[in-house]
Amino acid sequence: MSIKRLKETFKQLIAYKSAVVGLCILGFIMGLSIYAVITIPYEEAVKAWRLGEDVSINNPRNAAPSWINFFRQKKLPETMVMDTLKSGSNARKIIIPRETLSALRIEFSFEFNYDDFPSEINLFLTSKYNEAAPYITINWTKPNGATIRLKELVVKGTDRYYISIDNELAKKLRLYLSEKVGQEIPYEIPPHMSLFAVEDESILKPETAQVLKGKYRMVIEGILFGGESDVDARLVVYGKVFGLAGTDHLRRYLVIGLLWGAPIAVAFGVLASVSISFIQMIIAAVSAWYGKWADMLLQKATEFMMILPFLPILMMISIFYKISIWVLLIVVIALSIFGSGVKTYRAMFLQVKELPYIEAAQAYGASNFRIIFRYMIPKVLPTIIPSLVLSVSGFVFLEAALAILGLGDPVAPTWGKIINDAYDKGALYQGYYYWVLEPSLLLVLTSLGFALLGFALDKIFNPKLREM
Amino acid sequence: MYIKVFHHNNYGRVPEKMKRELLAFLKYSAKRAVTIMVVVALAVYATIIIANMGGYVDEIIKIETRNSIYQSVFQNPAYQSLSTEEKRQMAEDLYQQELKALGLDRPFIFRSVGYLTSALSMELGKAMYLTSDSGSKAVRNIIVERLPSTILLFTTVNLMLFFLSLIGGLFISRKYGSKLDKIVVTLSPLSAIPGWFYGIFLILIFASWLGWLPYGGLVDVPPPTNPFDYALSVLKHMILPVFSWLLAYSFIQVYTRRTFFLMFSSEDYVEMAKAKGLPPRLIERRYILRPTLPPIITEFALTLIGSWMGAIVTERVFNWPGIGTLFYQAASMMDSPVVIGEVTIYAYLLAITVFILDIVYAIVDPRIRAGVTGA
Repeated sequence: MSIKRLKETFKQLIAYKSAVVGLCILGFIMGLSIYAVITIPYEEAVKAWRLGEDVSINNPRNAAPSWINFFRQKKLPETMVMDTLKSGSNARKIIIPRETLSALRIEFSFEFNYDDFPSEINLFLTSKYNEAAPYITINWTKPNGATIRLKELVVKGTDRYYISIDNELAKKLRLYLSEKVGQEIPYEIPPHMSLFAVEDESILKPETAQVLKGKYRMVIEGILFGGESDVDARLVVYGKVFGLAGTDHLRRYLVIGLLWGAPIAVAFGVLASVSISFIQMIIAAVSAWYGKWADMLLQKATEFMMILPFLPILMMISIFYKISIWVLLIVVIALSIFGSGVKTYRAMFLQVKELPYIEAAQAYGASNFRIIFRYMIPKVLPTIIPSLVLSVSGFVFLEAALAILGLGDPVAPTWGKIINDAYDKGALYQGYYYWVLEPSLLLVLTSLGFALLGFALDKIFNPKLREM
Repeated sequence: MYIKVFHHNNYGRVPEKMKRELLAFLKYSAKRAVTIMVVVALAVYATIIIANMGGYVDEIIKIETRNSIYQSVFQNPAYQSLSTEEKRQMAEDLYQQELKALGLDRPFIFRSVGYLTSALSMELGKAMYLTSDSGSKAVRNIIVERLPSTILLFTTVNLMLFFLSLIGGLFISRKYGSKLDKIVVTLSPLSAIPGWFYGIFLILIFASWLGWLPYGGLVDVPPPTNPFDYALSVLKHMILPVFSWLLAYSFIQVYTRRTFFLMFSSEDYVEMAKAKGLPPRLIERRYILRPTLPPIITEFALTLIGSWMGAIVTERVFNWPGIGTLFYQAASMMDSPVVIGEVTIYAYLLAITVFILDIVYAIVDPRIRAGVTGA
C-alpha cells in the first residue's frame, strides 16, 4: 500500500465516529504501554510482582484506590509511615548518652481524623549493639490521654512487632475497654481497632464502633547498653485506601500490574493476530496456486485442527511445560495456523489466481515465489486487514482466559493474572470490586478499541457490506 | 417409429442413470467416511502424544510404582528376616512384574498405538486420579456423569442464540436502515468481549452487589429433595451463565444473519419474485430462508456439538460442574486417560455430525449426486 493510499484510508476512517473513538482508546492504551515500559523497567515490575510482601511491606493489604474517598461520606484512612531514619516524618529520636547505659526515646505522633479504623499496625525495629541488645518499652497514648503499655522487648538486629496480631495485647486491650465501658465486649476486637476506638458503648458492636479523632502518640523508651548501641524504628499505620489503583492480598500496588499489563496484552494480541493472519495467508496462497496434492493436504490439515480442541490442548501444553507467555504465544500461533481463516483466504486466492495480471506475470516468466508474494498476497492484503484488527481482541482475551485458568505467565504481571488473583481470593464475595473492575475495564477498553477500528476498516475495505 | 425408439432409449437410460448416481453417491460417502476416520485417528493420536507428554507421564507412573513397591517391601514385617540386598532384589522383581502388568515395559511409541486402538474402539479405560461422584474410576462413567449439566446449559444457550439470531436477523433485515437496525449494528462490537467476561460482571452485580442470584454452581447446597424445587434451583443457577452468553453473542449473531439475509434478498430471483407480486412472507420463506438455511444449519450443528465439550472458562467462572471443568481438572492433574477420553468422544461426535451433514447435502445437492465433487 502506498503512502497515498494510507492517507486516503485514514481520511475515510476518521469519517466514522466509531473509528475515531476506537483510535482514541487505542491511543490511550498505547500511551499507557509506552509509559509503563519507560518508567518501570521490566525487571523491576517482575520483582515487585513476584516478591510481593518483601518489596511492598509498607503498603496495606486489599486497600481500595484513594479516590473512592471522594465519593464517600465516611473517609477511609490513608497509610501513614513514620520512620526515624527519614527526617520530617513525625518521628523524633533522642538519645541521652552515658558511659555504660544510654537512655533512648522515640516518639511518633500523628493526627488521625478518618472515619474508619486502620487495617493494620506494624512496628519495624532495627538495632545496633556490641554486648547486650537494647531493651525497649512501647507505650501508646490516645487523644483522650489514656496511655497503654503495648509491649516490652529486646531488639536484636532486625525485628518486627506485628501489633495487629499480638494476641496477648488484644486480650489486654479488650479487658481494658470492657472495664471502661462497664460491660464485657462480646467479640474479639483486634488491637488496631481498640487502640483507635472511642471508649463508650458504641464499641460493643463492631459495626457501631467509632474512631476517636485527634492526636495519637507512640512512645518508645529504651535502655542502650554501651556507647555504640542504637535503635531505629518505623511505625506503619496501614490505611484502607492506597494510591490510584489500590493493592491486592500481597500488598502489591496494582498500578504496576495494570501498567505493565498494557504492553503485554497489546503485544500478545497484535503479534498473535498478525503472525497467524500472515502465515494463514501464505499457506492459503500456496495451496491455491499449486492446487492438487498441496491443496488436498491443506484441506486435511484444516479438518484435523478442527477436531483437535484448541483450549484443552493449549492448557495441557501450558501445564506440562510451565511456559512463559511468549512461548505460549508461539504455541497459540502453531495451533492456529491451520484455522478456519485458511479456507476463507484460499477462496479469495482462487479468484485472484484467475485474474489476467497473474497470467501476464506467468507469461513473462515470473517465478512461483514471485507470483505468490509479489502479486497474489498484496492483492488480498487490504481485504484481510479488518479481520486482522478484529481478531486482536480475541487474543487479548485469550491471554486473560488462560490466566483465569491459572495458566498465565509465571513471572510477568498481566491483567488476566490480576483478575485471577482477585477471583481466587474471593474479591467478589468480599466486596473488593476495584480489584476486578480495574483490570477488566482496561481489557474491555483494549478489545473495544480494536473492535471499533476493525468494524470501521471492514466497512472501508469491504464496501459490499457498506451498502448493507 | 422415431418416437418409439426415443421412448425405448429413454426408459433404458433412467435406471442406468440412477445406478450411476447411486454408485457415485456411495463412492463419495465411502471416501468421505474413510478420510474423516483418518482425520479422527490422527487427532486422537496427537492428543495421546500431548496428554502423555510424549511418554513423560509414563516415567512419572514408573517412579510412583517403584516407590510404593519399595516402601511396601521394606516396611513389611514379614520380610524383616531378609537382608537389605534380598529385599531390594525382591522389590525389583515385583516392580518388573508390575511394569509388565501395566504394560509399561514396552517403549512408549508402541504403547501409544495400543492406546490409539483402544481409544478408537471407545474403550476409554480407567482414570489415573479423578473419580466420578459415585466413586467410579472408569473414564466413561466420569464423563457421562458430567455431560448432562454441560449439555443442559450450552444447548439452552445455543438454541436461544440460534432462534434469536434467525428471527431477529430476519426481522431487522426487513427493517433495514431503521433505528433498531442501527442499534444492532452499533452494539455488535460488544461481542469482542467473550461470554465468560460478561459473566464476571453479572456475578458482581447480581450475586455480590444485589444478592438476587447465586454466585455459581449447579444447584443450591444442600440440593433440594423435591424434584420440582431441584429443577427450579437449577434454573436459578442457569440464569447468569445463559444471560452472559446472550449478552456477548446475540448482537453479533443477529448482525451477521441480517447481513447474510440482506445479501440474499438482493439476488435476482428474489427481485423477480418481488416483481411477480408474491407476498413478502412467502418470498422470505421460499426465496431467502430456503437457500440460506443449509449453511446456517451446518454452523449451528457444529457449534452445538462443539459446545458439548463445555466452555472451560465459562464453567470455571460459574463453577459449573460440567465437561469443561472436568477437562480443566484432568489437565491440571495430568490425568491423561480422562483427557484422551474426552477428546475421543468429541472427535467422534464431530466426525459423525460432519459425515451426516455431508451425506444430507450430497442427497440434496445435485452437483455431488452427479459425481462432481470438486465444489
